[in-house]
Amino acid sequence: MRDQALWTWHVLAGVVIAVLLGLHMTIMHLDVLVGIFNPADPHPIEWGNVVARARQGFFLVSYVVLLGAALFHGLYGLRNILFELGPGAGAKRAVNALLTAGGVAMFAFGALAAWAASTLARTL
Amino acid sequence: MIPAPTDVIFRIRRFDPLARPQPAWEEHTIRYAPGMTVLDGLRLIKETRQPALAWRSSCRMGVCGSCGMFINGQPRLACNTQITHLDSLPVVVAPLPNFAIIRDLVPDLRPMFDAHVALHPYLIRDDAAEMAEPTGEYYQSPEQLEHFLQFSYCIKCGCCMAACPTYATDPAYSGPMPLTQAHRYNADSRDGGFVERKAVLSGEQGPWKCHYAGECSRACPKGVDPARAIQLMKRQLVFAYLRLYAQPCPSKVVPKPTEIKRRADVPEAPARTIAR
Repeated sequence: MRDQALWTWHVLAGVVIAVLLGLHMTIMHLDVLVGIFNPADPHPIEWGNVVARARQGFFLVSYVVLLGAALFHGLYGLRNILFELGPGAGAKRAVNALLTAGGVAMFAFGALAAWAASTLARTL
Repeated sequence: MIPAPTDVIFRIRRFDPLARPQPAWEEHTIRYAPGMTVLDGLRLIKETRQPALAWRSSCRMGVCGSCGMFINGQPRLACNTQITHLDSLPVVVAPLPNFAIIRDLVPDLRPMFDAHVALHPYLIRDDAAEMAEPTGEYYQSPEQLEHFLQFSYCIKCGCCMAACPTYATDPAYSGPMPLTQAHRYNADSRDGGFVERKAVLSGEQGPWKCHYAGECSRACPKGVDPARAIQLMKRQLVFAYLRLYAQPCPSKVVPKPTEIKRRADVPEAPARTIAR
């Protein structure tokens, strides 16, 4: 059951990454053509555009969801690579614990940073 | 493919845990005969030079799956491999990789068959009385048959297991043959054992570690596509986890035809030999 669940979430995280990363790439590289998400200037990383995006709840949510999906997808892949080295049961448990703790910590740090950026942008 | 040679050199990997604890290579030059297979060559060496040389073989026609060996770097059936069909000479013969060696060219296939048995490779239904004493046939359309037919051609030779890079490193992984056979029954419209097999497949023994290298399908001497079966199984299990798939009820029993009469020139079926 556990491997079936992990694999399913791995696939779902891949779909989420494909959509949100596609959106990110569109904003960063095609917005000169599309021109929706960057109201201040055609260049996406101009300060005014960054602040404008950070103020929107949609971007806060999508950044946090992308962070979670990318972390899960990547760390599950790393876990599979490490497990293929043939560790014993104890080492497998340690890898699981380390990756889970590391993933949760990185997610918390990233989500906090996104929240802080959003809060800061609203005060400007 | 190579032109027919006059003589053929066989390089054979020998191992006898009692007489020679370390595997060693041995060379024999034999006279080539038209149509000679690797198995024919091994038999000639055994009959004329090395009576102690050990391997498994039986049918000599690619049906029994006994003579899987590592021939010129590929898992193949020795009986199905003509010497002139190889890419180069000499003929280098070793036991199938990814298995322990019992002796010479005899691999220990027990882990493969243990994994096979653990995945319940048979029809699972709740009508035990009908299965014991059939009153008819389980209905299956030609389209339903196509869902699993190619996977039923597997002869359990172990060539796919020897070619699998995941099975080489992870003993917990069931491997291509047992997984393909589990899918063969999951895809059978007469079967109702998906939930029972899922209990094993959803864990570490399941298809999750398959990288889709596809070596199993390339190695299969019967043209079965285990890589496809494993991907189909993954999809089925993912959908089952998301509650988007439930195995349909096993097909019903169709009564035996009553109007059809036996033709006079067709002899009557012999009496049943299996005890009731």
